Amino acid sequence: MTGQYSKRFYRVFSFFGILACLAMTLAACSTGGGSSSSGPITIGISLSTSGDFSADGKAFTQGYQLWAKDINAKGGLLGRQVKLVFLNDASSPQQVTTNYQTLITQDKVDLLFGPFSTLLTKPASVIANRYGYALVEGAGGGPSVFTQGLHNVFDVSLPVANNLNSFANYIAAMPAATRPKSAAYATEDDPFTQPQVDSARAILEAAGVTTAYYKVYPAETTDFTPIAAGMVNAKAQVVVTGTLLPDVSAFIQAFHQQHYNPEAFIATAGPDQGTQFLQSIGGAATAEGIMVPNGWYPDLNAPGNAQMVSEYIAQYGGTKSDISSDVPEAYSVGQVIAQAVTQNNSLDQTKLIATLHSGTFQSVQGPVKFDSTGQNTQAQAYLFQWQNSQLIPVFPANVATAPVEFPKANWPA
Amino acid sequence: MSLVLQGIVTGILTGGVYALMAAGLTLIFGVMDIINIAQGAFVILGAYLSYWLSVHLHIDLFLGLFITIPVMFVLGVILEWLLIRPLKRDRTQLSILVTYALAIIIEGLLYFFFSADNVKLFAWYTTQSIPVGPFYLPLIYLLAFALSVVLLAALYVLLYRTKFGRSVRATTQNRAAALLIGIDVERVAALTFGVGVALTAAGGMAYGATTPFTPNSHYDLISRLLVIIIFAGMGSLGGALIASVGMLVIENVTSLLWSPVWASTVFYVLLVIILLVRPQGLFGKFATRNQ
Repeated sequence: MTGQYSKRFYRVFSFFGILACLAMTLAACSTGGGSSSSGPITIGISLSTSGDFSADGKAFTQGYQLWAKDINAKGGLLGRQVKLVFLNDASSPQQVTTNYQTLITQDKVDLLFGPFSTLLTKPASVIANRYGYALVEGAGGGPSVFTQGLHNVFDVSLPVANNLNSFANYIAAMPAATRPKSAAYATEDDPFTQPQVDSARAILEAAGVTTAYYKVYPAETTDFTPIAAGMVNAKAQVVVTGTLLPDVSAFIQAFHQQHYNPEAFIATAGPDQGTQFLQSIGGAATAEGIMVPNGWYPDLNAPGNAQMVSEYIAQYGGTKSDISSDVPEAYSVGQVIAQAVTQNNSLDQTKLIATLHSGTFQSVQGPVKFDSTGQNTQAQAYLFQWQNSQLIPVFPANVATAPVEFPKANWPA
Repeated sequence: MSLVLQGIVTGILTGGVYALMAAGLTLIFGVMDIINIAQGAFVILGAYLSYWLSVHLHIDLFLGLFITIPVMFVLGVILEWLLIRPLKRDRTQLSILVTYALAIIIEGLLYFFFSADNVKLFAWYTTQSIPVGPFYLPLIYLLAFALSVVLLAALYVLLYRTKFGRSVRATTQNRAAALLIGIDVERVAALTFGVGVALTAAGGMAYGATTPFTPNSHYDLISRLLVIIIFAGMGSLGGALIASVGMLVIENVTSLLWSPVWASTVFYVLLVIILLVRPQGLFGKFATRNQ
């Protein structure tokens, strides 16, 4: 009886084993780019329309859609219209893996665009690499993305680790008499935020700015009161936070309530989210003097930037200050991949990866040239500050439209 | 020392907000033996209702509760009738699936109507604070705590000083016996679900005035709310308040003195120890039912 079951089990196991092998072989044969040579070029994208990154996912969707609209209006890519295929990853690294697997093996997309965040880009790049696809992305700039030994991932934006260096260098360059003496740091345990904060801290400590407070907190934290209280209690002159929008808004509210007015306050992300940021902190008066690093601003003199800004306003309303920096990051992905594909006159992924490694490209964020790990060596870090309801570049001097407001204005009464 | 004191005080105040959100969850479980996974989503829905009234009709956050609490009560009664009452067998297990589905539906609707943008509730008092010794107490936390005390006291009066409350407690103690002595158990269940959901209107307003939120914020909330009622003992109202305050004080003090990374860990270690000693939680069902 047992023997019969064993035989039956063996047969069933063998049958499904053969099926699995066939499926894997077919999947391998059918990947590596390209569905059909006619009809629209399909581009697979996993974005977060729910979960922690949903606000950024929305802005990224806008950026990708603006690019697609523009290129289709110009006749498309290689003479074919482009079609974006979006899947929601719910901000989950597990789901983003499934999504890219689905996009490659089931939807058989021609090209891949990256998801939002370093956290999601890491697993996405592994899947893309497995199937020989290039993954061009605009928001996966954390150092851990580029230390995986992959050669198929390309970040068109500013390498994250250096994001806060413009701010740290500005403080370090101040005359010793006026330079702040202490700084407080708080950051999410996120591969996007923490490396930036640590890098800025090293520069500031080397310049003699002592660390009065340094804490790392879990990304799923919902009550920021004790962390804010720790920073308030440290009474540091400078506050550096490794945050996204929800946590920086909570810190601002807590500082406001505690009448704590640091002389300089910078966040890795959040203040660059335009209207969303202002809505979450209660208006532009509260934003006065708050800083954020970035690789783009609406008036940047870069190919296609002015057009993208005006199209964004025409389509989504608001002013140029309302545009999230996620939008140009996404738009740049489309621009770079389009230039590489046009240069190759092909959608072949092997050629695409080679061209991306060797070429120089133009984007709304400025020039793009990738090093061997896929980081953009041409990207420049700018320092931005909210002044009179506008987020303006204030450092370095060659792009500054106004001097840095230092010390920062007190919170409104 | 003042830092520890500050941690304790803000923990107590923040705990009041969480108690408001957890009270409905534990009340529903106590009476109906169902675990309402959608409670966090109801909190966020309550926050969005306050947001809508505040932004579009310029109604003060606290005054808006006179609208949102009845609306959420009616919604709770309708949803109980539609989704919970048809569950005749394996109610506790099936209710988890049904209310989880409900949470996802609410989340989807909120995305549709309000988008994925982070929002926050604002009023003149949300950034104000009162100086107390070496630090400032945020006015919104004081007001939210006061609201929590008032609503929980009202709930206590409702449960222990009214005929309806007696019906609720009878149903909590023994559903079959309550039915035998003529209590309309289904009506009690519907009204209890309504009251439990109505409380989230206030909890949502308090949460939204202290923390930015999006439609998906309920996932982090429900996990914390479930921990609170397990710590307190499923079905215990007073326990929910004590457990909320206890959890927030422990997390705050750990975060301030040690590290935010260890804040939850310390609390969960304590929770495991308590559950090993008292599997029914601090104020488990039996204790509550003898109140």
